[in-house]
Amino acid sequence: MSDSLPADSVGLVTPSHLHIDTPLALDCGRMLPQFDLIYETYGTLNADKSNAVLICHALSGDHHAAGFNSLEERKPGWWDTAIGPGKAIDTKHFFVVCPNNLGGCKGSTGPNTINPETGKLYGPDFPIVTVADWVKSQAILADSLGIHKWAAVVGGSLGGMQALDWAITLPERVGHALVIAAAPKLSAQNIAFNEVARTAIKSDPEFHEGRYQEFDTVPRQGLGLARMLGHITYLSDEAMGEKFGRELRSGKIQYGYDVEFQIESYLRYQSSSFVERFDANTYLLMTKALDYFDPAKEFDDDLTQAVKAIQAKSLIISFTSDWRFSPLRSLEIVDALLSAGKSVSYAEIEATQGHDAFLMPIPRYMEIFASYMQQVAKEVNS
Amino acid sequence: MTLRVDLQIISDWIPDNAHVLDLGCGNGSLLKHLQQRNVTGYGLEIDNSKFSECIAGGVNVIQADLDEGLSQFGDQSFDFVILSQTLQAVKRPDFLLREIMRVGKQGIIGFPNFGHWQCRFQLGLRGKMPVSKNLPNAWFDTPNIHLCTLKDFEKLCDQYGFSVVSRSVVNHEHKDTLGIRLLPNLFGQIAVYLIHNGNS
Repeated sequence: MSDSLPADSVGLVTPSHLHIDTPLALDCGRMLPQFDLIYETYGTLNADKSNAVLICHALSGDHHAAGFNSLEERKPGWWDTAIGPGKAIDTKHFFVVCPNNLGGCKGSTGPNTINPETGKLYGPDFPIVTVADWVKSQAILADSLGIHKWAAVVGGSLGGMQALDWAITLPERVGHALVIAAAPKLSAQNIAFNEVARTAIKSDPEFHEGRYQEFDTVPRQGLGLARMLGHITYLSDEAMGEKFGRELRSGKIQYGYDVEFQIESYLRYQSSSFVERFDANTYLLMTKALDYFDPAKEFDDDLTQAVKAIQAKSLIISFTSDWRFSPLRSLEIVDALLSAGKSVSYAEIEATQGHDAFLMPIPRYMEIFASYMQQVAKEVNS
Repeated sequence: MTLRVDLQIISDWIPDNAHVLDLGCGNGSLLKHLQQRNVTGYGLEIDNSKFSECIAGGVNVIQADLDEGLSQFGDQSFDFVILSQTLQAVKRPDFLLREIMRVGKQGIIGFPNFGHWQCRFQLGLRGKMPVSKNLPNAWFDTPNIHLCTLKDFEKLCDQYGFSVVSRSVVNHEHKDTLGIRLLPNLFGQIAVYLIHNGNS
């Protein structure tokens, strides 16, 4: 990064920690005797604590959503395009909170932290957590900050699922739910992709049943392969075509099995850099949380019944080229909200970037996002 | 904010606390106006910039194409379904009209009257497709592909068993004149109908 921080950046940020000694009962039936959450905040909480916005991260995200942790950091947080002064989630108006989810690998309690009962790393023994468990733990974080009701809960992809679950399970605590590039549950195809990713990780000889750290190794091949596959599903054919086409690295065909096409090189780069920053057990756990998400299940598979309790107003956004969670999947949520007579708006954004579009500063997307959040800010200040 | 006069007519027909669906809601000005009277509901809009104006105005808006029908809405789920100045621009006005009356207890439909004397004069005497303040486009680039007269519309309603509860016909200044009252299909430029299912 350069010497000076951009004017529309939240600037330098330092993560905060919350330690909770009260046991947390999880959906799987197990208990977390105690846990830690690492989170970042941007902006200032107002006197009546009504301007707080919760950001929920997706599969490979973390608590570092905006700004820079140090001047040496090359790239800002993962959603810096949307969070900052003058941006869609304007930190001049909102107090923004983004935690790393339980089971994550960036500082919150998860497979790569110490199990207080054994004094050893949790590893594969860390219980599988669900979207509902995350919502519960985020509510404890809200309590600790004195926030009774979020002005908005916002998320894309798996983050959008958390926003939807918040609105359903804690209706009085959510003013607005922004559910972006999400789905009300995974399709068989979505689960199939996750299963291939898990198989890649588990079949790596370095995986050691998830105890790879005890063997002082990492299932690089498996985790890298999982990321490659995931990455393909995040992009569209069009986006890949635009970016790489059939371009060759050396300009001519080699008739061998080494990296030849630029797309191969890109995928390998993505995979190796991901392995450096992510934990294989966390990846397994996050894909399971995705697979299990299905808020309509308790309501005889009737999503309209599931959303009946919602008090929040909602904005649902999808992207035309997203084939992982296509616009039709967002429309399932919209239709349920409409049938239940809930306050909802829906936008389908023209975008070539596929599922990843939700992270991009696409002008129309940002305009709608910002306009909506300005209305939220008005409500908070009125 | 002053409301466009046809929207004012529509607004006057809608009671407080009603639940409405505004098809082709534009910038959401009608819904915004109705919010003051506790009227709830949604707008449907496909135009990007108008859609954004709705969001900026705090109006619930769903991006949708009216030509695809209203399948996302249940039978009789709104007190009123409104379609103002859009009927003539959809692919199948008959299909949309039936959808409106399936989804709404009552329908409010406004459209430009193609039976107005200026249209008749331009086509009948000058032999040219009419161009007017209400229908400003040339024949080759007009979005208005299904124009009708008051009589045509009433016949279609009759055919489906929809009865006209109320009708308001005005000129392009949105004024009601003696001529319009006597011969609405000849002197009226804009018609707004309140219709409902069955005979009454």
